[in-house]
Amino acid sequence: MRISVEQRLRRPRWLMFAVPLGSVVFAFLVAAIVLVATGHDPVSTYRQLFDAAFLQRQSVDQTLIVATPLAFMGLAAAAAFRMKLYNIGAEGQMYLGAITGAAAGLYVGGRGGPAPLPIAAMVVAGMLGGLAWALIPGILRAFFKTNEILTSLLLNYVAGLLLTYLIFESQSYWRQTKGFNASVFPTGKQLPHSAVWPGWTLHVQGGTTIPLGAFFAVGAAAVLWILYRLTRFGFEATVLGDSPRAARYAGVRIRRKIVAVMALSGSIAGLGGASQVGDFSHALDGDPNGLQKVGYGYTGIVVAALGRYNPFSVVLIAFLLGGLENAGNTLQGPGFPAGLVGVIQGIILFSALGGEILTRHRVRITRRTKPTKAAASATRSPEPAT
Amino acid sequence: MNNSLLVVLIASGVAYGTPLLFAALGELLAERSGVLNLGVEGMMLVGAVMGFWTVERVHANTELTLVLALLVGAFAGTVMAAIHAFLVITLRANQIVSGLALTIFAGAAGLSSYLGNDLNLADRPAVHAFHAFLPTSMQSWPVVGPILFGQNVLVYVSWVCVIGVGLYLTRTRPGLNVRAVGESPAAADTMGINVTRYRYAHTLAGGAFAGVAGASITLAITPQWVDGITGGAGWIAIALVIFAFWRPELCLVGAYFFGALQALAPQLQARNISLGPTVLWSNSLPYVMTIVVLVVVSTGTARRRLGAPAALGVPYVREEH
Repeated sequence: MRISVEQRLRRPRWLMFAVPLGSVVFAFLVAAIVLVATGHDPVSTYRQLFDAAFLQRQSVDQTLIVATPLAFMGLAAAAAFRMKLYNIGAEGQMYLGAITGAAAGLYVGGRGGPAPLPIAAMVVAGMLGGLAWALIPGILRAFFKTNEILTSLLLNYVAGLLLTYLIFESQSYWRQTKGFNASVFPTGKQLPHSAVWPGWTLHVQGGTTIPLGAFFAVGAAAVLWILYRLTRFGFEATVLGDSPRAARYAGVRIRRKIVAVMALSGSIAGLGGASQVGDFSHALDGDPNGLQKVGYGYTGIVVAALGRYNPFSVVLIAFLLGGLENAGNTLQGPGFPAGLVGVIQGIILFSALGGEILTRHRVRITRRTKPTKAAASATRSPEPAT
Repeated sequence: MNNSLLVVLIASGVAYGTPLLFAALGELLAERSGVLNLGVEGMMLVGAVMGFWTVERVHANTELTLVLALLVGAFAGTVMAAIHAFLVITLRANQIVSGLALTIFAGAAGLSSYLGNDLNLADRPAVHAFHAFLPTSMQSWPVVGPILFGQNVLVYVSWVCVIGVGLYLTRTRPGLNVRAVGESPAAADTMGINVTRYRYAHTLAGGAFAGVAGASITLAITPQWVDGITGGAGWIAIALVIFAFWRPELCLVGAYFFGALQALAPQLQARNISLGPTVLWSNSLPYVMTIVVLVVVSTGTARRRLGAPAALGVPYVREEH
């Protein structure tokens, strides 16, 4: 038997929707096999999963808490991956955004001013923090051709150490140093009230709050969509991603573009960090088992890839995967398999990647025949299907 | 003398560098055949958890159990690599995204922690572990004692692997074929080399090495199972291959250098020496140094493109009619 893959001449539209959907179904089926093999009941596990994600009381409220950062991380990854700049440092850029955002909230909020001012300061500071951290791999890539995958990833570890250091190993501005609790366990300083981001509460499922950050995420998606679809910047970035040589001939300033795209990606991640502090934790979370353990930045890559780097799909996928992630957190403990959510996410991504080929190619399984030696077989392949 | 900082650092650099070395050799084989596998961290973690599981569950004498654990770890790594191989070689998916997917699937919040939890491996001391085995009189020889003779058997095995991989790539027919496949698959194909088969074989071998690398962490360096125990070692191994210009002997040097950097922070703390202002600085040193070396290697005169396989990351499609 032999599997051969042939190029499709025309890409059917229905496959564009069928493939992601099929990937999700396939992933749940494979994960069910894993569950059965390890002695769990897939039906009850999945029912628990969906109840905790979307159905039970206040589950959507909880899901939004996870989906908001995931949307930011997914958008950050999508902005860069689209140009084939593999920024996997959204995680660290988010920490930096949280650090600078928290500083702005504490400082501006502490001085007391009109309500929107501290929040605006946090948004700007968070974006700048993430941007600055993303500039390191961006500049190294643009001017020294250093592999951005490795540098951005290694910087995540450094950012995590910095975050822990600020709360646990120093008497920094971010750390709560007064009061009884502070002497027992190191925590971050609480934001003043004026710097806490408001939410919009809907009276469904017993109260569902849509955090301000979720609106910012949708706004960021719209900005990205416009940028990539309607502006010269986006067009040049797309050309550069598809064919660096064509971009060079067309006079695109490649170094500048690389730095700009990394900065864009980092500032979205940084905004996610600020939202993390302003919307949810209300203090800088330096605990190595807190924010750092969740790994929103890495899940964001899954979100971006599944959304095929389309900003609006990314937001939608972030909500769905956010549900999955939230269920994983809620159900953590005995009786629910740990790591299951990561396994499902991984398989979804694998099957989406494999399924991608269905939209561009036709897969044929044929019986092995004598291969005919074609003299002209030494042709170079075209660019790979993403 | 054997307690001087330099000797201790080199000795622990060799010990901590060994998992990095195994993983880097595996990645080197895969990349030499033209397949970039960013899933090293995930493959290492699955190898680590399965290796540890073996020593916890198998009741046999120490040597047999440990060999079995390494084999199980290697097999687990191979299975993980097979997913990547199928996606990128047969289905021609994007190698970068597929490798990242492998790390998410198998990594710290995925399969490895699923297995660690399901097999009940947390908070258990290892039943068997690798220890230094040469006579203590040899281990106490000045300088060379702790560095060369105070190591566990995995260190010596890794030396054999370095020589083996080096000879394989430069002196054997299949090794030369791999390089041809990595440099120019089309030319290799016209020579009658089966590109697909070579790429599969070396991606899987890379997975086996990564599995052994992971198992050598849970069986020798810190004999226990903790979620995400590799702590980024897989990524440093990928960076090592670049520093080493895709050459096995340079992988060894690089691995020991980064191993020593990892040992630096605890050693300095134990001796009450403060390097720079804070703990933050010495803890982040391995990561920062990796970035610095990457930058040096990727610029200027160092960028002779020595060894970087020309077809790395490019799927091969034979035009068929």
